[in-house]
Amino acid sequence: MLDSKIPAGKLEDKWTEYKGHCKLVNPANKRKLEVIVIGTGLAGASAAAALGEQGYQVKAFCFQDSPRRAHSIAAQGGINAAKNYQNDGDSVFRLFYDTIKGGDYRAREANVHRLAEVSVNIIDQCVAQGVPFAREYGGLLNNRSFGGVQVKRTFYAAGQTGQQLLIGAYQALERQVALGNVKMYNRHEMQDVVMIDGKARGIIARNLINGQLERFFGHAVILASGGYGNVFYLSTNAMGSNVTAAWRAHKKGAHFANPCFTQIHPTCIPVSGDHQSKLTLMSESLRNDGRIWVPKKQNDTRKANDIPEEERDYYLERRYPAFGNLVPRDVASRAAKERCDAGYGVGTTKQAVYLDFKYNLINKYGKAEANKHGIQNPDTETLVRLGKEVVKEEYGNLFDMYEKITGENPYEVPMRIYPAVHYTMGGLWVDYNLMTSVTGLFCLGEANFSDHGANRLGASALMQGLADGYFVIPYTLGNYLADEISVKPIPTTDRAFVETEAKVNERINRLMSIQGTQTVESFHKRLGKIMWDKCGMARNEQGLKEAIQEIRDLREDFWKNVRIPGGIHEMNPELDKASRVADFLELGELMCMDALERNESCGGHFREESQTPDGEALRHDDQYMYVSAWKLNGEHSWELEKEPLNYEVIKPTQRNYK
Amino acid sequence: MEHYNMNLTLKVWKQKNAETGGKFETYKVSNISSEMSFLEMFDVLNEQLIREGKEPIAFDHDCREGICGMCSMYINGRPHGPWHGTTTCQLHMRAFKDGDTIVVEPWRANAFPVVKDLIVDRSAFDRIIQAGGYISVNTGNAQDGNAIPIPKENADKAFAAAACIGCGACVAACKNSSALLFLSAKVSHLALLPQGEAERKERALNMIAQMDKEGFGSCTNTGACEAVCPKEIEITNIARLNREYLAAGWASDTKKH
Ligand SMILES: Cc1cc2nc3c(=O)[nH]c(=O)nc-3n(C[C@H](O)[C@H](O)[C@H](O)COP(=O)(O)OP(=O)(O)OC[C@H]3O[C@@H](n4cnc5c(N)ncnc54)[C@H](O)[C@@H]3O)c2cc1C
Ligand code: SF4
Ligand code: FES
Repeated sequence: MLDSKIPAGKLEDKWTEYKGHCKLVNPANKRKLEVIVIGTGLAGASAAAALGEQGYQVKAFCFQDSPRRAHSIAAQGGINAAKNYQNDGDSVFRLFYDTIKGGDYRAREANVHRLAEVSVNIIDQCVAQGVPFAREYGGLLNNRSFGGVQVKRTFYAAGQTGQQLLIGAYQALERQVALGNVKMYNRHEMQDVVMIDGKARGIIARNLINGQLERFFGHAVILASGGYGNVFYLSTNAMGSNVTAAWRAHKKGAHFANPCFTQIHPTCIPVSGDHQSKLTLMSESLRNDGRIWVPKKQNDTRKANDIPEEERDYYLERRYPAFGNLVPRDVASRAAKERCDAGYGVGTTKQAVYLDFKYNLINKYGKAEANKHGIQNPDTETLVRLGKEVVKEEYGNLFDMYEKITGENPYEVPMRIYPAVHYTMGGLWVDYNLMTSVTGLFCLGEANFSDHGANRLGASALMQGLADGYFVIPYTLGNYLADEISVKPIPTTDRAFVETEAKVNERINRLMSIQGTQTVESFHKRLGKIMWDKCGMARNEQGLKEAIQEIRDLREDFWKNVRIPGGIHEMNPELDKASRVADFLELGELMCMDALERNESCGGHFREESQTPDGEALRHDDQYMYVSAWKLNGEHSWELEKEPLNYEVIKPTQRNYK
Repeated sequence: MEHYNMNLTLKVWKQKNAETGGKFETYKVSNISSEMSFLEMFDVLNEQLIREGKEPIAFDHDCREGICGMCSMYINGRPHGPWHGTTTCQLHMRAFKDGDTIVVEPWRANAFPVVKDLIVDRSAFDRIIQAGGYISVNTGNAQDGNAIPIPKENADKAFAAAACIGCGACVAACKNSSALLFLSAKVSHLALLPQGEAERKERALNMIAQMDKEGFGSCTNTGACEAVCPKEIEITNIARLNREYLAAGWASDTKKH
């Protein structure tokens, strides 16, 4: 039985009580304890830095050439915190409530409340590190709004918030490296967890420069290896983002929770052709100022700017007057798909809608600036010019990126956008301590399942990553390690290390010995297509059953026909990729099984069989009010364990953004 | 925007590893769409090579959004290629025309040894940061984020300097392989903020000492770095760094370590 270890007591006191009573490790003993951290994104870098500061001996790993390049760097729009600097009614409770509701009532109350509580500390910590957040003229921190909420609580640094936060965490990490508390292993990829006497005690990693396998001991192992959106091949994730670390942990007994909960982000640059290698996000913050529309006429071939105002359908404002363009992501994505499927899509492929800034450029920013400069009765041209300057400051890098990719100038013509895979709410199951179902193995950030239920609100992933790393794991890890202080470092000549390494070695040799005719990329693309078509924005029983079979066939094909050039004991990016794709092929099957099992629609998981008469997602709380935690039993064989979700404070209702 | 297809000749640096020498190899690719990114063109080439039973070309990349700083190709004599303020991954094939020959090399600098083909080792940058590119504040020590107002102008300038992605193009462009633009961006970012004040002097001295140790050259103000920086980091940061350095050098109480 899974035990979520949620502390007793009132919701708002649980974390304080926990911190007041958890076990501690004294400074002298911390020096003797070794901790492995996989990943240096926001979650991993903040954890490694904070644990190094506390005096643990940390070993941190990433597969890029520097910890600063983790995928978190790409986050654009912002990070939430319940600071209420805007005095607009925000509070810890409201952030907690919005997150639970945004997640469509499939997240744990206790975890989410803790997240909302520590959110305020994150901003303070980042400012102290020198993160250059956007500020107002008075020198105070500025905020913007994100989808699914009615307050302005998002802190940001232009369109580069992830970069600035990660550099803050990276610098804190490098400081610990300089002090000798953290040892950094770049270009190393974790291949397996080493288990000794039922506890995670180390890892096997592959040195990506020379292909050698290396063994590392740790009293505990922390995975912060990011999300698995790349199972869809095309996503907004970085090219290297993968599920390998989490998947190998799953194979060692860690339950995988809610794998089918995937977030499809409504505003991404559409696919331009078969050559497409990844999709680029246009931050949700743009929905603050951009209005989404399609022509009222089907198959309208006119240019956007030639379509008069009265012939445009601002379908989000029409369908959801209360939230308008700021409905949550899952709602916005499905609405875009609905319009395109019905024949109202735009652009050459017709798989796109417009995101238009003209209105706010003129009416919001242009007019405000004209006022500020004392310009009476400005003409449209002046308003556009003035408005552009403000928009440039807010989103300049995103507009430039759009223009580089599409060759079109979004200040002049509306952006074309379409939904794309963006984030995975599912991940390794963890308890309140962020420990997986494997003792001594923890999981933080996007790699775990914990806080976002069936749909994540914008600007909450960065918050969760840093909450987990800076403010949660330093306590909960101490609580675990307090009982491990007498364990001496285990030499990596121990049988468990030798045997685990031999297994990893065998798998790599098997991959290299196939020498078939098809490229790794071609398999990944095929998997992506199955997932997108049958386990994407809309899912149904028949499609999912087909997908499971197709993925099994594809996996068989892969192990017979993949061709990996080069050798094992050298740098070999194709081998790295093949090993990741092999894991995606197994994960894909589980995702479809999970989607099949959950015959309800909630958040990003939309089962066509379960919708309201006007096409909104329909939950079935009586049947599915649980976390689906899957345990691997063998080839193609999983067992479902259900962790019931008990709502003690919030009363789940059907979400309504109208 | 009109799209078109093109056939291209590529001359690409191939090098097995750090120990061996390298040389240019010539490849042909056809039917490249003007809508592709430069790296997608390399994907096409690599797929082609694998199918022909040859070794693909190794290159660094990850985000493909111009933000992680991982991609690093020296294209037709210019780091990151012909577009101003653009990383290799954001360069698109519209920049080229049918029949073009494109020469692609790794960054060339003693402090950035080649690892394989177009991949170099930039860990020297991490070590420069380790020497002082941070504010020494432990987790949990922070006061309220709004306790110290920071004039917007300073915050904006600090942000502009902090936009550096650590790609190393500045080093690759410089005839002396100086890392001063990178270093000055970090020193400026932190010196412009009140939080960075306490360690200001040591920071500049220690980071520069590390830079010298890594074997980067000295700055002779040619401005090649600024011209190629994909994040348009301004050379005025170097002037600011020089001021910091001189001020720090005069302060006799500053210890070097
Ligand atoms: C384009 C984009 C924009 C976004 N914008 C926002 C936003 O504005 N606000 C927001 O809140 N969220 C945003 N998100 C989501 C957010 O960025 C991510 O969810 C978050 O950064 C994940 O952080 P992480 O630390 O969990 O993992 P990551 O940052 O993905 O880091 C994973 C780390 O693990 C390492 N790793 C992985 N596998 C292995 C292995 N086997 N061995 C060794 N190392 C390994 C990697 O090297 C890396 O260091 C955005 C996401 C995308 C794609
Ligand atoms: S200063 Fe510019 S060129 Fe140099 S590392 Fe930073 S972003 Fe790259
Ligand atoms: S791949 Fe990240 S900047 Fe180019």
